[in-house]
Amino acid sequence: MAQTDLPNIVLAANDGQPVRDAGLADSALAVREMTVSYGQKPAVFSVDASFGEGRLAAIVGPNGAGKSTLLKAALGIVPRLSGHATAFGIPVEHAADRIAYVPQRASVDWEFPTRVIDVVLMGLYRQLGLLGRVRTKHLDTARSCLARVGMEDFADRQIGQLSGGQQQRVFLARALAQDADLYLLDEPFAGVDAATEKAIIDVLKALRDEQRTVVCVHHDLTTVADYFDDVLLLNVRKIAEGPVAQVFTADNLQKTYGGRLATVHIDQLRLAAG
Amino acid sequence: MLETLIEALTFRAGYNAALVAVGTTLLGIAAGSTGTFIFLRRRALISDAVAHATLPGVGLAFIALVALGGDGRNLPALVAGSAVSAWVGLLVVQWITRQTRLAEDAAIGAVLSVFFGLGIVLLTVIQNMSSGRQAGLEDFLLGAPAGMLLQDAIFVAVAGLVVLALVIALRRPMTLVAFDPAFATSVGISVHRTDLVMMALAMAITVVGLKLVGLILIVALLIIPPAAARFWSDKARNVVWIAGVVGGVSGFLGAGLSASAPAIPTGPIIVLVCFCLFAMSMAFAPRRGVIAALARQRQFRQRVRRRQGLLALAREEEILDPATLALLRREGLIRTDGVATDAGRAQAARARRDERRWEVARATHQDEAAVDRHDLLRPIEEVLTRDEIAEIDARLGPPEEAAT
Repeated sequence: MAQTDLPNIVLAANDGQPVRDAGLADSALAVREMTVSYGQKPAVFSVDASFGEGRLAAIVGPNGAGKSTLLKAALGIVPRLSGHATAFGIPVEHAADRIAYVPQRASVDWEFPTRVIDVVLMGLYRQLGLLGRVRTKHLDTARSCLARVGMEDFADRQIGQLSGGQQQRVFLARALAQDADLYLLDEPFAGVDAATEKAIIDVLKALRDEQRTVVCVHHDLTTVADYFDDVLLLNVRKIAEGPVAQVFTADNLQKTYGGRLATVHIDQLRLAAG
Repeated sequence: MLETLIEALTFRAGYNAALVAVGTTLLGIAAGSTGTFIFLRRRALISDAVAHATLPGVGLAFIALVALGGDGRNLPALVAGSAVSAWVGLLVVQWITRQTRLAEDAAIGAVLSVFFGLGIVLLTVIQNMSSGRQAGLEDFLLGAPAGMLLQDAIFVAVAGLVVLALVIALRRPMTLVAFDPAFATSVGISVHRTDLVMMALAMAITVVGLKLVGLILIVALLIIPPAAARFWSDKARNVVWIAGVVGGVSGFLGAGLSASAPAIPTGPIIVLVCFCLFAMSMAFAPRRGVIAALARQRQFRQRVRRRQGLLALAREEEILDPATLALLRREGLIRTDGVATDAGRAQAARARRDERRWEVARATHQDEAAVDRHDLLRPIEEVLTRDEIAEIDARLGPPEEAAT
């Protein structure tokens, strides 16, 4: 977790204006005035958010709230209409070595000709470079990452033979191989079986306990209180952010989901007193 | 015919035929391996548009050369002209896709036909020019390497090797972009630039192959080899080199056939040879081929029978199906009189347990695809991870083998 030598590059360039949020450089990920638009409709509108180091955080909101888009815009995967994103105080584009991103598993073609171990080795791309040879130590790293997600027996399988939960585990193993300080996961629990859900959250909590930062796009409100330290409630605009114990309230959820969240559902959640 | 073919294939059909064979072989290797990434990134159509967009460039370069008082048939100059117009075609496709609501396939169709039409008009104009009658530019459509010179062969060889070297150097980013563009971006690879490089490589293959294969069919040499290679391997790296081999063999055999039947243009022959290799791959490839699929079907029937038979044994029911009885007897699971052997009893208990595990898996897995994708007849250890099985066993309670 070495602190960067280049603090506040972007902030200082902010027209010499005083920095609005002094804690920005300390946060693992910060987005400022982020707006993303597909066509003429903003998917994310003017969102300011920051995620503290060593925390396990969720981005929560209804379908179409821009949760995945916010992550993708922060990483430069979709173009931003305005705003910028910093990781550990430097622009995200310059922090690729410290960030591991796990896309939604439905976003790739699982018939692609590649084996499980090859996907995990993709996590070592920045180490290997264009021409570096894959050596035993790289294979050992990849295998140990597979073991951390319980997939060590599947290394030589073609990825098309995996179940959805297993695909998700392989993606997580690839992120582990990146040995990053900031993990950004897009719906890691979507459509996986119970054993996989447990395997994934155990790994994420272990990462958090190693002082790494984990941010998940998450859709299951019933597990927010069990799994996460912090939560960002999002519905195109930011509704609230902070520790789950303070902001995961019935009032905030009502604001986020509007009429779409039945009260009977709310009663089942372990909400913070609000 | 056969004699001339063998002569051609052993480089004894004359100097020119040997040059052509070397050229088409190298071109095929470079095209197959480059094409693998086009194939995996699903860019076959756009590379076809780019290939057709070379034609106006060829025409304009010829006219410019003649206007400057030179010989219009200078190959490097024609290739340079075709590269420029192919690049313009690519940019137009991208511009239309980005600036309008038209889908990419519409943009590709428009650019392909308009550029090709313009090229044909220019060729007609050239044919009516005094210096154009013998230009032979229509050879660029389907390939006619008969008049190939040593310098042309060297040009093809050098360009093919450069393309091949670039493909090898850039294989990792190109694979990453083809498989998972979002992840590629997150590790600092520019998807846009990688796509442009990929298209530039395909374009290089096209313009180098103009004289040999022709622009109409070059896309076949980019796409059919990886499609054939895909049958043989599940690893991208292997698909790249197998596609190179398929392309190289097609080029070599095609050139030989073409030399023994000079009336037929080279391009179509190479493509037909390439297709034969594809058809053979489709039929005979282990695991992914058609014949292998039939064998798998047969194995599946056997698995069904074995499982049914074992479950009947476990329940101590009589087995009626003669095929099932024969199978169990053959595998030593029952004696000739139909009574289970020790091995048969052990396997029956295991089959029963797996059956119950699958029942739980079907009932509890949110992810139905996991269960759907499998026939539920294999040992569960081959399909699920250990913790998944442990979770199922926890729901099942203690094993009952002792009781049965």
